[in-house]
Amino acid sequence: MHRHCWLATAAAVAFVATAGVADAQEATVLIDGSSTVFPISEAMAEEFQKSTGIRTVVGLSGTGGGFKKFCRGETNISGASRPIRTEEMELCKENGVEYIELPVAIDGLSVIVHPKNDWAECMDVADLKMMWEPDAQDKIKNWKQVREEYPDAPLNLFGAGVDSGTYDYFTLAIVGKEHSSRGDFTATEDDNVTIQGVAGDINALGFLGLAYLEENRDKVKPVAIRQADGSCIEPTLETARDATYQPLSRPLFFYVNKAHADAHEHVRKFVEFVMDPKHGTELVAEVGYVPLPEKAFELGQKKFADRKTGTFFGGGSKVGVTIEELLASEG
Amino acid sequence: MASRSLEMIDYTSLIRRNQQIDWAFGIGGVVVLVIALGTLITLLTDLAIDGLSRIDMQFLSSFPSRRAAEAGILSSIVGTTLVMIVTAALAIPLGVAAGLYLEEYAPKNAVTDVIEVNVTNLAGVPSIIYGLLALGLFVYALGLGQTIVVGGMVLALLILPVIIVATREAVRSIPQAVREGSYALGADKWQTMQFYILPAARPGILTGAIVGLARAIGETAPIITIGALTFIAFLPPSPIQTTFPFISFEWLWSPFTVMPIQMFNWVSRPQAAFHINAAATGVVLMAMTLLMNGLAIWIRYRIRRTMK
Repeated sequence: MHRHCWLATAAAVAFVATAGVADAQEATVLIDGSSTVFPISEAMAEEFQKSTGIRTVVGLSGTGGGFKKFCRGETNISGASRPIRTEEMELCKENGVEYIELPVAIDGLSVIVHPKNDWAECMDVADLKMMWEPDAQDKIKNWKQVREEYPDAPLNLFGAGVDSGTYDYFTLAIVGKEHSSRGDFTATEDDNVTIQGVAGDINALGFLGLAYLEENRDKVKPVAIRQADGSCIEPTLETARDATYQPLSRPLFFYVNKAHADAHEHVRKFVEFVMDPKHGTELVAEVGYVPLPEKAFELGQKKFADRKTGTFFGGGSKVGVTIEELLASEG
Repeated sequence: MASRSLEMIDYTSLIRRNQQIDWAFGIGGVVVLVIALGTLITLLTDLAIDGLSRIDMQFLSSFPSRRAAEAGILSSIVGTTLVMIVTAALAIPLGVAAGLYLEEYAPKNAVTDVIEVNVTNLAGVPSIIYGLLALGLFVYALGLGQTIVVGGMVLALLILPVIIVATREAVRSIPQAVREGSYALGADKWQTMQFYILPAARPGILTGAIVGLARAIGETAPIITIGALTFIAFLPPSPIQTTFPFISFEWLWSPFTVMPIQMFNWVSRPQAAFHINAAATGVVLMAMTLLMNGLAIWIRYRIRRTMK
């Protein structure tokens, strides 16, 4: 019996050795990157594979992990919840990877409070800054400190984990500096935890992606943000799409490897599929994100057809950029 | 105090006190047990309540989807199964061989001591470290790619220490008389190992292997690190072919996903329907682990019977 075991093992090893690595490499579109963008990538991949029969797979490495692979040329497309960073640009450059930056959807970061919270209806960016800036640590611990008319109640903060693109964008838009905030808040990589935290505490305030708010409107309610013209705008699909909800609307991106798009028809076809207004609107809305404005698809198609490489952002995020501006730029 | 004579000790009260301590310890044990089992049962019931009703043929035979109601775990069940096969095929022979060598063959010197200490330490290394090692070594340096074989290899590394330690414990517990009897009959060392030590140690080894595999089946971090996928809507090539040589190992080089990754993805989605999918995946994962355990118990039972 033992001898058979050894023989089988030896045979297995021999087969494995002869099987070769390259055999299983059927034309496949390889997508990786942000977990925020994942539902969009998944929806696109699912429909694309159904309608064309071209294999499409999606990984979940996060924006940073995704860029590491993308800049090594391992993936065709990388989903990102923030623009590519300087060090990632350098990595891509080192490996000779050129990329085309395409927005695929909009996310409205939402500030949420408990449904019974009747004082924080509309807040200024300055109020939020006071709560979240690094100097607030161990100092701003009561709602009353933020504004006189707020009640004398403890301020309990919940937010996205510091490794997430959500955190980066929120801090940039509110505090004014990317990746900089107080440290004494409940940070989590799972926005559902923020929902639970805020839903269970009348004095809590948190921020998360719009899709999580939309699914939990019975448990938490959004805070409207006072705009430059004095109006109070709540985060909704419409206000994020037409860019009236500022400064917390942010674009989500696909970065496409230019050389792969040139060399492989299946990559080209996939990008064209994503930039089709029908797919771009229906599929994105279905998974709870805000579709791009109508005009953006045409601009995106053109940008891809012209193979305009590089990033609009120069290595950091920018607040209040409209999708049209982003796509029209030379990059 | 020193003058206290033997007669002055009240034996009855001493006995009573000791009995009380005994009794208190027993109660304490029951309380701890109830807390531990209660937590486990609550967790399992909660998972089952959420997930059980979602498990049907559609769920088991569909690929992941953006629509929670149409999503399924076919690709992750197949991925988990294949990865576990590779893990078992690598970790069990290697672990048993290493354990046997360390216990029976290795000379007792400083080098062996260092190895022994480190094998035990390795069992406590966080799994993500193995993932990083595998990413650097298997995926990039050896160019094996983000494939099932690498997934199996990283999990095999992860559970190797568990199997080595279990093998050593099992081999150590075999009475010296068995070895002496074998040598007395003229068997050489390997024959002794093959016909007496290994068969006698099999139940213990099997337990170690199952503990290891049960740990491996639930791992997410190292598998994500090596670049396993999350959405994949096709299966690896079948191992059985219609043409010569009828058997193929191409599946080893396929991209894959596993059930814990699918759960991880669904749990963090905004829609509640995905959370139910995640719970259902958890139930299936647990059923697979139990099945594995059951299989091991059955094998152990058969071995014990044949050995008598």
